[in-house]
Amino acid sequence: MSALVHDGTAVLGRHLQRIRHAPAITVMTQTMPIVFLLFFGYVFASALAVPGAEYRAYLVPGILVATASGGLMTGMFQAAQDSHRGVMDRFRTLPVSRAAVPLGQALADLVASAVGTVPLLLVGLAMGWRIEGTALEALGAFGLLLLFRFATTWIGILLGLASQSEEAAGQLGSASFMLPLLSNAYIPTDGMPGWLRTIAEWNPISAVTTAVRKLFGNAPVPTDAAWPVAHPVAGALLWSLVLIALFAPLAVRRYARR
Amino acid sequence: MTTTYAVLSEGLRKRYGEVHALRGLDLAVPEGTVCGVLGPNGAGKTTAVRVLTTLVAPDAGSARVAGHDVVRDPAGVRGKIAVTGQYASVDGDLTGAENLRLFARLLRAPRSRAGELLERFDLTAAADRPARTYSGGMRRRLDLAASLLVRPDVLFLDEPTTGLDPHSRNGIWDAVRELAAEGTTVLLTTQYLEEADQLADDIVLIDEGRVAQRGTPAELKALIGHHAEVVVADPSLLEAAAAVLDRLTGAAPVLDAERRTVGAVTADTTLTLPRLVREIDAAGVHIVDASLRPPTLDEVFLRLTARKEPAA
Repeated sequence: MSALVHDGTAVLGRHLQRIRHAPAITVMTQTMPIVFLLFFGYVFASALAVPGAEYRAYLVPGILVATASGGLMTGMFQAAQDSHRGVMDRFRTLPVSRAAVPLGQALADLVASAVGTVPLLLVGLAMGWRIEGTALEALGAFGLLLLFRFATTWIGILLGLASQSEEAAGQLGSASFMLPLLSNAYIPTDGMPGWLRTIAEWNPISAVTTAVRKLFGNAPVPTDAAWPVAHPVAGALLWSLVLIALFAPLAVRRYARR
Repeated sequence: MTTTYAVLSEGLRKRYGEVHALRGLDLAVPEGTVCGVLGPNGAGKTTAVRVLTTLVAPDAGSARVAGHDVVRDPAGVRGKIAVTGQYASVDGDLTGAENLRLFARLLRAPRSRAGELLERFDLTAAADRPARTYSGGMRRRLDLAASLLVRPDVLFLDEPTTGLDPHSRNGIWDAVRELAAEGTTVLLTTQYLEEADQLADDIVLIDEGRVAQRGTPAELKALIGHHAEVVVADPSLLEAAAAVLDRLTGAAPVLDAERRTVGAVTADTTLTLPRLVREIDAAGVHIVDASLRPPTLDEVFLRLTARKEPAA
């Protein structure tokens, strides 16, 4: 266990150094949400009415969770890049824990995304969004965001390790921006056709978004929604933990596969 | 005294879809020696290294490296080996120094070792530049340095000098000789006969995933002999020249009317160029050029594989 911590920390350090040397991808993935926030918040806001909430305050948690779901893309891209270059071969021939390399990557992603969210929060504040709940609830909201990011990163790492090429991973990764569109991250689900509404409400992004809105005190919980959205904090926790429990071991196994 | 083998494999097989990369590979590398695995592209050299370094599990067969079974105890193998791959196995986005410090940390080597190796491999000036900006030779040196942070029992080098200029190549060769002198077992793959000749105690020729021939460089050379070729002044003399070559070499000469050449591979290493020229001259054949040289790798393979397979 202490070997895993030692090796995982070393790999974490490697990824943070990489981000420092080549910050472009990280900066871009954290800038896009700000663009989305401004677009939705000012261009579409007038056409959107949200029951019991001001739209921009409703939108900020949605964008935060959509950004957290971007771990899928960054995790996949990074893992694909590593596994199609020689450096992964060296890692695999070193006498280090099989979990250390993917774990270090996931932790580095978590650190980078936590830091990268600060500008997004500042823009949100400038647009009138506020934390209206207690400090403890706000901490819970940030905790859920990080936990969900950790979960989506593991899915991304598995997909990246399984990818045929860096390009394929890049394309699949860019398509993942559609996932938040099929949720309540940008607009409420009650206006959607029944079947689509069911899909959207069972999308993990919806449960996490609703939980973050609730904990920040930005919007009430919809009562007639599917279970994970109607019980958002439990739903968000369960979704994240189930995804981690499923995808982290699969990713480690895939990494260790010979 | 019994020989201890640092690498010992029996009947290794590995298939990728329709491609049989290894078809029963047997290797035996005594401890403390340098083994050169020689073969053309696609012979199975890289797959052999990947199996022996625990990157890939074989479909069949067994192998022990530094006393550990590669299938049952890959972690044990990893603790004893180092690998420098054909493609840079360092992180191009990190600087040379960061790469070595990262691997030193993972290998529990002292941090100071990274600095020593940067110096040893003449990389101090470039230590703080990203490795992707390095030349091919520098990257290969960094790669080798990363493999020596902890002295491995067995060092695998997969085509360590492919694509390098002669100066960089000599640098890698010196490092390998030094390691071997200190007792590290080295298994290196190469496409270059000369490289195997320079470095290896034993050479294993592999072709189509199997050992085609093995021996010391001298044994293989004696086995393969030389390639004799003459260029005649007039095409009408080709047959007469061929008759002489046939008598001298005992091998069926190959005639090329367009280039006006007759060539033959001879196992007889006592044949000299003056004798070849004298015999041809005595037969009244006018030649404009004659040569007697070690065969190219292509010729070695043609000869060694032709011997085993029935004529098509």
